[in-house]
Amino acid sequence: MVTREYRTAREIVGPLVLVDGVEGVTFGELTDIKLDDGSLRRGRVLEVNGDKAVVQVFEGTSDLSTENLTIKFLGKGTELGVSGDMLGRVFDGFGRPIDDGPAIIPEKWLNINGNPMNPFSRDYPNEFIQTGISTIDLLNTLVRGQKLPFFSASGLPHSRMAAQVARQAKVLRTDDKFAVIFGAMGITFEESEFFISDFRRTGALERAVLFMNLADDPAIERISVPRMALTTAEFLAFEKGMHVLVILTDLTNYCEALREISAARKEVPGRRGYPGYLYTDLSTIYERAGRIKGKNGSITQLPVLTMPEDDKTHPIPDLTGYITEGQIIMSRPLHAQGIYPPVDVLPSLSRLKDKGIGDGKTREDHADVMNQLYSAYARGKNSKELAVVLGESALSDIDLLYVKFADAFENRFIRQGEDENRSIDESLALGWELLAILPKSELKRVNDKYIEKYHPENK
Amino acid sequence: MSNAQGVVVKVSGPLVVARGLKNARMYEMVRVGEGRLFGEIIEIRSGDCSIQVYEETEGIGPGQPVFRTEEALSVELGPGLIRSIYDGVQRPLDKLHAAFGEYIVRGAESPALDRNLIWDFVPVAKVGDQVAHGDVLGTVEESKLVNHKIMVPFGVEGQVSKIAAVTGNVDTVVATVDTAKGPVELTMVQRWPVRKPRPVARKMPPVSPITTGQRVLDMFFPLTQGGTACVPGPFGSGKTVVQHQLAKWANANIVVYVGCGERGNEMTDVLQEFPALIDPVSNEPLMERTVLIANTSNMPVAAREASVFTGITIAEYFRDMGFSVALMADSTSRWAEAMREMSGRLEEMPGEEGYPAYLSSRIASFYERAGNVICKGSDERQGTLSLIGAVSPPGGDFSEPVVQATLRVVKVFWGLDDKLAFARHFPAINWLTSYSLYQEVVDKYSNENYDPAWQANRQKAMGILQQEAELDELVRLVGMDALPMSDRLLMQAAKMIREDFLHQNAFDERDTYTSLKKQFRMLDLILSYFDLAKPALEEGVLLNSLLSLDVLEDIARAKLIDEDKLEEFDALKETLTQEIAALPR
Ligand SMILES: Nc1ncnc2c1ncn2[C@@H]1O[C@H](COP(=O)(O)OP(=O)(O)OP(=O)(O)O)[C@@H](O)[C@H]1O
Ligand SMILES: [Mg+2]
Repeated sequence: MVTREYRTAREIVGPLVLVDGVEGVTFGELTDIKLDDGSLRRGRVLEVNGDKAVVQVFEGTSDLSTENLTIKFLGKGTELGVSGDMLGRVFDGFGRPIDDGPAIIPEKWLNINGNPMNPFSRDYPNEFIQTGISTIDLLNTLVRGQKLPFFSASGLPHSRMAAQVARQAKVLRTDDKFAVIFGAMGITFEESEFFISDFRRTGALERAVLFMNLADDPAIERISVPRMALTTAEFLAFEKGMHVLVILTDLTNYCEALREISAARKEVPGRRGYPGYLYTDLSTIYERAGRIKGKNGSITQLPVLTMPEDDKTHPIPDLTGYITEGQIIMSRPLHAQGIYPPVDVLPSLSRLKDKGIGDGKTREDHADVMNQLYSAYARGKNSKELAVVLGESALSDIDLLYVKFADAFENRFIRQGEDENRSIDESLALGWELLAILPKSELKRVNDKYIEKYHPENK
Repeated sequence: MSNAQGVVVKVSGPLVVARGLKNARMYEMVRVGEGRLFGEIIEIRSGDCSIQVYEETEGIGPGQPVFRTEEALSVELGPGLIRSIYDGVQRPLDKLHAAFGEYIVRGAESPALDRNLIWDFVPVAKVGDQVAHGDVLGTVEESKLVNHKIMVPFGVEGQVSKIAAVTGNVDTVVATVDTAKGPVELTMVQRWPVRKPRPVARKMPPVSPITTGQRVLDMFFPLTQGGTACVPGPFGSGKTVVQHQLAKWANANIVVYVGCGERGNEMTDVLQEFPALIDPVSNEPLMERTVLIANTSNMPVAAREASVFTGITIAEYFRDMGFSVALMADSTSRWAEAMREMSGRLEEMPGEEGYPAYLSSRIASFYERAGNVICKGSDERQGTLSLIGAVSPPGGDFSEPVVQATLRVVKVFWGLDDKLAFARHFPAINWLTSYSLYQEVVDKYSNENYDPAWQANRQKAMGILQQEAELDELVRLVGMDALPMSDRLLMQAAKMIREDFLHQNAFDERDTYTSLKKQFRMLDLILSYFDLAKPALEEGVLLNSLLSLDVLEDIARAKLIDEDKLEEFDALKETLTQEIAALPR
């Protein structure tokens, strides 16, 4: 297709430029926006109506005027040149190298929007990933091909936890090829440095691909970051057979960029000003996790988002929860007690856990221990609340034991070191040790034969 | 395909506006661009047609051609539907997988009914018979569970002049009918526009329950064959598990499951599980009665809007054969959001929360397609179509427009509660707020068919749960110890109803399904405990000994009693009576 250049920008509204008198422009087309000072920005056609096109500018519209730019329509959608050599490299939010390394010679050009995976072609995720974190492995098990977000809040250590997972994640009894893809959206320089130096320190960088859009980088570029990251992931997973862990942080910044565009287009807003299609848009990111029948690789997603005002019903965590396969929720009170990682165990859930645990995957007693820990902790927390209202003396002896259990659970099971990599057997052993605080008659959720086999008293 | 051609003038996401489509009609299907993407006309305004396009529109732009098809969005109906998995516009996903790979590419096409499948047509009508729409020409053994009736399509009426047993694919002519306009050859396949309800002879009120094997549903909030229900709840509260359980265990002849704007993995789960699951009634794999529609959240949003109609039209077609059909739609909120998105792009005046003003009438007309009916056709066969829609309200807030519009039309409300889900009480159906307006009909039926004490027991149990809720408030203020003994006994009975009866683990092989007979006995056992313990308490038996009877553990485990060993309940009741009688007074 011929490429066409126009100097007919008529309006600039927020991140959008309206161009007049265009011909042959198509929806979704990529554009180059050349400023008269020689600089170049990228844009994408969001709407075309007759001879008018609305172009979203990834780098933002500051310094643009209707007089100083030439828009060139490139006749194709937004594409990323992918290659196995991307491993170990750092890119900006639009996929351009920023680490002083050589240019990437693409093996392939791929449209970053991808295509929806055929539900018939999917394979159900069921392989246990050991993250070395007890609250995930034992209670909210992650499996290959799952999408499991961290619902965090400002000031909580979600980055440290995400980095720990990236560092420690492995599948037992295999030596499959493994890669980490990191997509940063609007995070601070410090946070980004933390990840990069952590990856470098632990040698993880070699098997990582980083897409960085920092807080002072163009906000609209955040729209492309997860798509760049997932396009790379799909290539590495399903064409190179790698098991890819994709960490995306912070989705809240992504959603805000989306809202900015929507507002500039004067669309009818949905809840809290976010566009009505936020659910659909987020699903085109999250649903790119998964496995494919007959293929080796997989894409596992750990999106991180900060809940505005710690509110789980805010549209961003709410719609995320409606798409992902569970959620790991961070607790401010636990963090205030100095407990790392501050995982709020009770409302957290991995929906795919059941298919990834048990004999041959983790251990036969896993499900029972999980259910028992969960219910004992729930009861212990309840008893603690009761003690606050009615006084400790109102508690029965057994309730007092549950209180003791809950405290030990928080301090020994939830709490662990940032470099402490617990195997699933270690997590299970710790779980049993804590359950031994309670009389055996209370362990109603554990099959007797496991009590016989694994209870510390019987060892 | 007609050559009558228009051109694209505007593209905004899934909405394309075309000019110059002469005589185009509302809801007509069109093909957009050189790639001939599927689309449907949803608005006509001074010569410009707004088209919702069922595929990604990247690369479409002004000047590109648009072609008319002169047909409304329709589905193909005939043998081969069962065991299929379709997208929202009836493209067979297994065939697309075979032909195009793991990703759904644009312009991918494949006939909805597999032409490679060969069927044996067995005639029922005879030469000389006078037939009209809905009359059965013959049958085809479509699966072990479905004897597919080949019916005279809409608009055909006359005398059968040729009919014979034949073997062939769905395009094979099975009969010729001499109509007023001349002879018409009929095959095993017919088409129907999805937005138009298939006609019936007449509707009747639902009379018999759908049994689901889910205790909380069957006992407390029953649905009827031909009835409507909704399952609203926040994320993670268990909507999909409830829908899957119904798809597995509801005693319907045919199940149509529509995954509308939800997760791909959930469809994979169904696909992998159903062929291995055995229907407790027929002992055949559940897949033998199932049709799946999967338009997951990341698939084009316009096709999501259509998926619900595609599903219900297929369901109606089977209903017309005289089957009991159940359709589950997970989630109708995603369908409503698809409407909202298209409406926004059409720049229609938004109603509540940006939804179009016609939201409630669309929802109402969808549920109105359910019912207990006398089908078209001279044999007056009866068919039922039951609808169960999941609703996903933002923030779990039931006051939002989709829940509210749905509640105005459905008769059964299964309200999911995230507090129960957090407490891992599943199914997390709130027993205090949920309701079934079919209660009376089902009580009558159950009293007659299962046990004369059905209704009395149900009412007694619900009464205990309601009293518990009131007492709970008190306990929070003053502690359990401050309650009178009789109330504490009631709390115990309520706890047993909740934990030993209502709680049901969908993933436990033995607990996942409970027959109605067993449900009755389970509840009856718990109520017997309460009935026996109450007078004992009055006679001076210590509360603590009543709360710590050995038999209570057995009652808790009664869930796992085998369906063919229900006499164990008699033994349990005997033990219970003895243990209580033996307590010192
Ligand atoms: N009857 C049940 N038995 C056991 N576990 C259940 C049951 N119902 C729900 N669960 C648990 O709750 C989880 C979430 O349930 P489900 O996927 O049905 O939620 P949902 O309401 O459909 O959520 P969403 O709106 O996000 O799709 C399941 O993965 C399972 O762990
Ligand atoms: Mg669901």
